[in-house]
Order: sequence, then C-alpha cells, then structure tokens
Amino acid sequence: MEVIGRSVIRKEAADKVTGRAKYTDDFESVQMLSGKMVISPYGHAKIVNIDTANAWKVPGVRAIIAGKRYPLTGETIRDRPPIAVDKVRYHGEPVALVVADTPAQAKTAADLINVQYELLPVVNSPTEAFQEGAPLVHERLGEYKKEADSYPVPGTNIATHTKIRKGQMEKGWAESETVVEASFSFAPSDHAAMETRCATAEIFPDGKIIIMTASQAPFMAKRLIADYFGEDMGKIIVHTPLVGGAYGGKAAVQLEVLAYLASKEVGGRPVKIFNTREEDILTSPCHIGLDATVKLGADRNGMIKAAEIRFWWDGGAYSDKAIDVSRSGAVDCTGPYNIENVWCDSYCMYTNHPYASPFRGYSHSELSFVIERTMDILAQKLNIDPLELRYINAIKPGDTTPTRVKLTRSNVGDLRKCIEKVRELIKWDEGAIKEVNERIIRVKGVSCSWKTSTIDANAPSGAILTFNRDGSINLMSGVIEIGTGTKTILAQILAEKLKMDVDRIHVRMEVDTQTTPEHWKTVASRGTYMAGRAVLQAADDVIRQLKEVASCVLRAPEEDLVVADSRVFLRDDPSIGLDFKDIVYGYQYPNGNSIGGQIIGTGKFILRHITHLDPETGEGKPGPEWAPAAYGVEIEFDKRDYTYRLIKACTVLDIGKVMNEKAALGQVMGAMSMGLAFAGRETFYFDELGRVLNPQLRTYRPLRYGENPEYLVGFVETPHLDSPYGARGGGEHGLMGMPGALGNALSLAAGVPLNCLPLIPEFIWRAKKTFK
Amino acid sequence: MPLQTITLHINGENRPTTVRASDTLLYALRGRLGLTGSKPGCLNGDCGACTVNVDGWPMKSCLMLAVEAVGKKVTTIEGLHDSPIQQAFVKEFAFQCGYCTPGFIMNCHSLLEQHPDADDQTIKEWLESNICRCTSYIEIEKAVKAVMRGE
Repeated sequence: MEVIGRSVIRKEAADKVTGRAKYTDDFESVQMLSGKMVISPYGHAKIVNIDTANAWKVPGVRAIIAGKRYPLTGETIRDRPPIAVDKVRYHGEPVALVVADTPAQAKTAADLINVQYELLPVVNSPTEAFQEGAPLVHERLGEYKKEADSYPVPGTNIATHTKIRKGQMEKGWAESETVVEASFSFAPSDHAAMETRCATAEIFPDGKIIIMTASQAPFMAKRLIADYFGEDMGKIIVHTPLVGGAYGGKAAVQLEVLAYLASKEVGGRPVKIFNTREEDILTSPCHIGLDATVKLGADRNGMIKAAEIRFWWDGGAYSDKAIDVSRSGAVDCTGPYNIENVWCDSYCMYTNHPYASPFRGYSHSELSFVIERTMDILAQKLNIDPLELRYINAIKPGDTTPTRVKLTRSNVGDLRKCIEKVRELIKWDEGAIKEVNERIIRVKGVSCSWKTSTIDANAPSGAILTFNRDGSINLMSGVIEIGTGTKTILAQILAEKLKMDVDRIHVRMEVDTQTTPEHWKTVASRGTYMAGRAVLQAADDVIRQLKEVASCVLRAPEEDLVVADSRVFLRDDPSIGLDFKDIVYGYQYPNGNSIGGQIIGTGKFILRHITHLDPETGEGKPGPEWAPAAYGVEIEFDKRDYTYRLIKACTVLDIGKVMNEKAALGQVMGAMSMGLAFAGRETFYFDELGRVLNPQLRTYRPLRYGENPEYLVGFVETPHLDSPYGARGGGEHGLMGMPGALGNALSLAAGVPLNCLPLIPEFIWRAKKTFK
Repeated sequence: MPLQTITLHINGENRPTTVRASDTLLYALRGRLGLTGSKPGCLNGDCGACTVNVDGWPMKSCLMLAVEAVGKKVTTIEGLHDSPIQQAFVKEFAFQCGYCTPGFIMNCHSLLEQHPDADDQTIKEWLESNICRCTSYIEIEKAVKAVMRGE
C-alpha cells in the first residue's frame, strides 16, 4: 500500500502551528452579545428566591433568565431543566443566565444576582444513592419522557438498570475451587480538554437558527433542539469548526441549548456562552465515577468459571449520556476473558454530583480497573503468574461475549498476541519486583482490556466528494476534527483507493449540519470505520462515473479502464487515457460538444446487524467489533513515604491496521498519558454539601511535561474485515488499561490491595494503616 | 470603567488599541486585535495556552494586563513565520487538537532563544508550565530537541 500506514502530515498542521486554526471562541462579531451563567454553589438545595433587581441596573444588560420553565432536556431521559427551577441538583448547575453587551458586563450583573437556597440532604455517592430511604434526586422520575431502552425505577435513584444473565451461575460456582471478591470505588473526574466548551446562537427573522459549538455532536445538537423546543429541524444549522480536545466531554448537548434560549430572549441577536475553566469542570458534564463489586471463581487450573459483577455508576444529577455509559459497561463487563457464566447488574445512579458525559473509553477504563484488579487478586490466590492467568483466559474466536455475541478472528482480534508482545516489551520474565536500594523498589503491573462501541444501531455516516477543475478532490465528511487526525486518515483512505497523491485531496475541516453529510457523532473510535466506509463507497461512485465518461471518449469498455494517478486509462496501454481535469466537469469534444458533467461522488454507511439488548438477559449484539489490548506499567516505589515515579508504560493494541503510524502512536501514547493521570491523581474532591473542592487546573492536575514515563507501544494487526483496510478503533484503548496496570503495580509494591482511585500516596498510606 | 487608548508593540508593529484598565493582555490580543492564536484555557495562569513572548521571555498573557505591555515588545504565535520549532511540531506530530499548541510553541521558542543548549532539567522547568491534554509530551520533547540539534 502506498498511502495507508504512512505518517502523512496532518491536513490542518500548518494552521495549527501558526495560530490560524480557528475554534468556536475565535469567531467573534461586533454585534455578538455575551451570556454568563449564575451557577449553584451547592450540591442539593431548594431555590427559595432569585433577586435580579441589582443585576438589571448594570449597563449593557439585555436579558436575565431565571426561574423560567422550559421543556425538560436530556438525551435518554428528559430529566434536566436547561436552567434550574425549584431546586438545584449539583454544584455548578445553571440557575440564571445573563445576556449583556460585553463579557465584563455580563459577569458584573451575574455576580449581583442574589439566590436564596434552602439546603437539602445530599446524595454524595452512588452507593448512598442505592440505599433504601436515600433522599431522592428526582421525585418525579416516573413522569419523565424517555427513550424505550432505558429503565428508570420511580421512587428510587436508579436511572436505569442493565442486566446480563449468561449461562448458569450455580454451575459456575460449583466448578470454582477458588473464589475472590473485591469492592472498588472512585469519584467523578474531568476531561479537562484545553478548549473549554463554547457555543453561540443566532435566530433569524425567517426562523433560521444558526449555532456554532465546540462539539463532537453537532448533528445531535440539531436534532435535540428541534425535538426539545418544537423547532423546524431544517431551519437549525449547527457549525463546528476545529475542536480543542473532547475525549467524550463534548458529545453531550448543553451550552447549545443555553445559547439558543439566550438568543431567543434578545430577539434573535447572536449570543456567545463561553465556559470558564471552573464552569467547564463543574457545570458541563464530567467523567463518570463508579462503585463496584466483582466476584470471580476459577478452577484449579485458573480457568475462570463464573463472574458476578455489580456496577453503581455515578451518573450525577442528570442521566443524559450516563445511561448509555452504564449499559456499555455491562456489555463488556467481564473484560476480555472467556467466561461462560456471567451475572451483571449495572445501575446508573442519580447523585448530587455533576452529571456525566462519555469519557474516552466509554465505561471501559472504569470497568477495566475493577476487573483487572480482581484478576490480580485471583492470580495471587491461585498462585499463578498474573500475565499467564490473563493469557489462559483470554477471549478468542469461537467464544461468546457477555451478551452472547459469537466471536470471530475478524470481530475480536488476537488478545493472546498482544499479551505475548507486552511480555517482551516490559521484560516481564525478568520479574515483577526489583530492589533498587533499601528504600526504592521497581515494580511492574499488567492488565488487559477490550472494547466494542455501543453506538446507536442506526447511526449513519456519509461522505461527499466533489472535484476542482484541476482534478483535485474535495472531501466532505461529518466527522469532527477533535484532534484525532481522522480527517487526514479519510484522505489517506481515499488516496489509496483512487491511487492518487494525497496532497491532491482537500479535506473540509469545518462541519455544518446543512451541507455536510451526517456523521452521527464523532465518538467511540468509529470515525475511521464508519466514515471510512462511506468514503470508500463515494470513491467507487466516482470511479464508476469517471469510467463512464472515459469509456465513451476512449471508445473502450469500462472493464478495460483503470483509475490511478488522477487519470483514467487503458489497462494494457496507460499512454491512452484522460486526465481527471479533462473529464470531471464533463468532457468537451473539439467542436464544442460536451458530455458527462460535474462528477459528484456520494457514499454512505450504516452498521450491520446491531440489535437492542434483551432487557432481562442482556442478549444482543451491541457493536460491530472488539479491539483487545494488553498493558504494562513500571514504577519506582518509595517504601518509606509511598510516593512513586512512573518509569514505563506500555500498550500493545490489536489495531487491525495502522493507518498513519505517527498519528496512531500519538493516539495511543496520549491516551496512556490521560489514563495514568486518571489512575494516579485526577478526581473531584467533594465536601459534605456535594461541592467540588478542586475545579481549577492547579488543584485538578493533568500530567505535565516531564512527569510522563517512557512509552512503549506495540501494534498487532488482525484485520477487521468490514473496516477500511482492516482498521480497528484505536483512539481510546491506550487509556483503558492504565488504571488497572498502575493499580496492580502499586498494590504489589505496597503489599496491600489498592482498590480505589486516584492512587495517591496518601491513599496508599491509609490503605496500609487499615489493612493488617 | 473608563477606556483608554494605548499603543502595543506587537509582532513588529505598533498597534493602537482601546482597553479598560483591567483588561488582560490576552483579552486585548483576542478581543481587540483579532490575534486569536493565543488561547484562553484557564484565565489564571495554570495552563499556558495563552503564552506569548514579551521582551524575549515567555509570558502567560492572561496574567498580564494590556496596559502593562505598553513599551514592551510582544510576539504572539502570529508573529512566528515558518520557524524551526513550528516545522518540528509538524514533523514530530507534536500536536493533536492544536489548542495548547500556540502557547507551547511560544514557550519552546523562548526557551530555544534563551537556552539553545538547554539540558533536560531546564527543558522540564520551562515546559511544565503548559498543559497538553492530547499528546504524551514525548512528541513535544522530540520537536524541541530536533531544533536544538539543528535539524
């Protein structure tokens, strides 16, 4: 292959290194007004009174929205007022919205709004939420409008319950000679994309609604605004320029709604709402937290016979995407192991915490932590090498998933190969513990993961190709460039298919929902697969049209023609042919007669055979393929103060096919960086009122330069037959195994099971003190 | 709050502009002068996405008032043209979403000017003031070192 696999320079590279790349907040106009939220300082409180009198006195104030009842919003269950009424359910929830001429005026006015609250009992964890008699976050849960595949339980804090019932548990336990059980817990955290979320809206006299948003889901924003507010869908046009990092956090629709309501309040004038970092962390949706218990049983050889798993996801105050996340956690609940008897209850719980959106890995980094820690506990009890335990139980073709999907080489890849490669890369056979001196030890931990993408069964992707008169091609796809480089990969797919120079393919970076074909959402590592398939179909469409015209001009059957190097020519004599530029806008004969016309290629794709899950057993096909991976982490641990240094982190991923080597390495290493930060330091610290105590980047700390370990990346290439050139998803997997591998290394180093995140020295110290 | 007109020296040009006394340099650059390459990421000095170069040194433009920049030589990302560090960022895939990139490049650029032979410790001291959420930092390290080696 010529273009696939090569580290083709990203199409938007020059713009990004010169400061010319534009993100949502970079678009500004003189008449644009500024929106500013007033947010709740408490986790759970009744709104007694909102006094806006002083705020109205600030010059430049155009509107103040407070206490107004709008239709409820929320993607799966309509449970969220866009601006709180009656009560607030999380710290950071919008309570009022000011629109003023400048950001400074809006801020001044917002600060003068006086809200009186009466505190309510706080639900401060999913475990608390699950207790009988717990305060209710939503008293009217039974009255909300909802999608069919969510199962809220009115009178409780359960937003949905997904059940997996596979095999016979009694048989599984009977066959198990060794049983281990453990509990796990971690609080919500944040995506911390460097670009905070931002949206603008303007409403025209003819009813046209123009929105611009930093989003992974502009097409969903369009659908939801139409649906929530009864707007004409065709009149809603959502623009998304480049997005400054997303990681799932921008897949939820929130600020778009507020900008729309604000614009409506000021006669349709354009209004911008730009999150400060604190608002981005508190108000906009966060990374889900989890409490879990896992029970695994194995026979004397270490073959796992039964798994009983309970997840209580911290969905936060509103269910939005958390429902899907909790379902996704259930379908892959066992991790990448072949287990015949599986019982899983996955509860999406309402709490008084910031609500959750997807986070890179979509429940899989979270479930991998709890499964992989339990695997190490099992290995210890069985006295089996932990990597060997994983190897012998590794999922493989012929096995079935927890939702009983039959696996093939194409749809599950080769986990054992990944494990073998990790074993080499981290020099596992040299031993897991090495003493450096009397204080310091070097310790390794391992883990595995797998992931399918549980996106909507009918999620579409489309592509349009147009030509320029010089024969170069414009590629239009609804995939958002959120940093993953997918649009460059699409150009590579097209260049490979048409056997042409990738520099002659121009990719439109900006998406607008009126003229760009829909790509459902840019989530779930599905861009290359779905949009890639659409591009391949569009390329076939173009090839057919090119040959049709050329066949006529060259007086040769289409079957004898070949397309390559921006030409159509005879396969047995390449000198007889036509350049693209001579046919893509019609061919003109010497006398002026013309045939053909503008060539426009279109392609579409929809996933095949995805089903809803059976509500009682979970049986069903949730996604098209699984990409498995194996991981290792090596640390230097100080036995005296429990501090540690990251030395090496390793991921071996079955990526199907490496499409762009440097981009793939960047995706995997960047994901590892995020995973190590999630595992080692990132969390929200809540007080008893449900307030997040660290909503700033100085108290909420992603990894910084120099804190990173050395990264080792390996790829296995087992093709996924349905995907362009065999590629599997690869944007999330580097993250997923890091918490488990780091947790295992530290548990071994400290000599105590560490089953909570983040793994900070203080937590290790506490665990040492309580574990005797 | 009263407005005042000041002249900022930016990217080799004198740029008169009207600001409030409390406007940050970042706000003036983006909102008044259309230089949107400097990015707001935290507005309190934690992330470095708004880093510019003031009299040869990296400065987080959200931590400096516009009026403080009068009489100083300010270079923003828009003032760099095809510099070695920009080329190295492209070649090494030292960016993904690109949002932290202008600030990172301005910091790296200042570092290379002040310490063309910086050792690992110095590089770390300088670059740990910026956050990149997408890359692993290895790519950025490679880019800086490639320029140091004169590649």
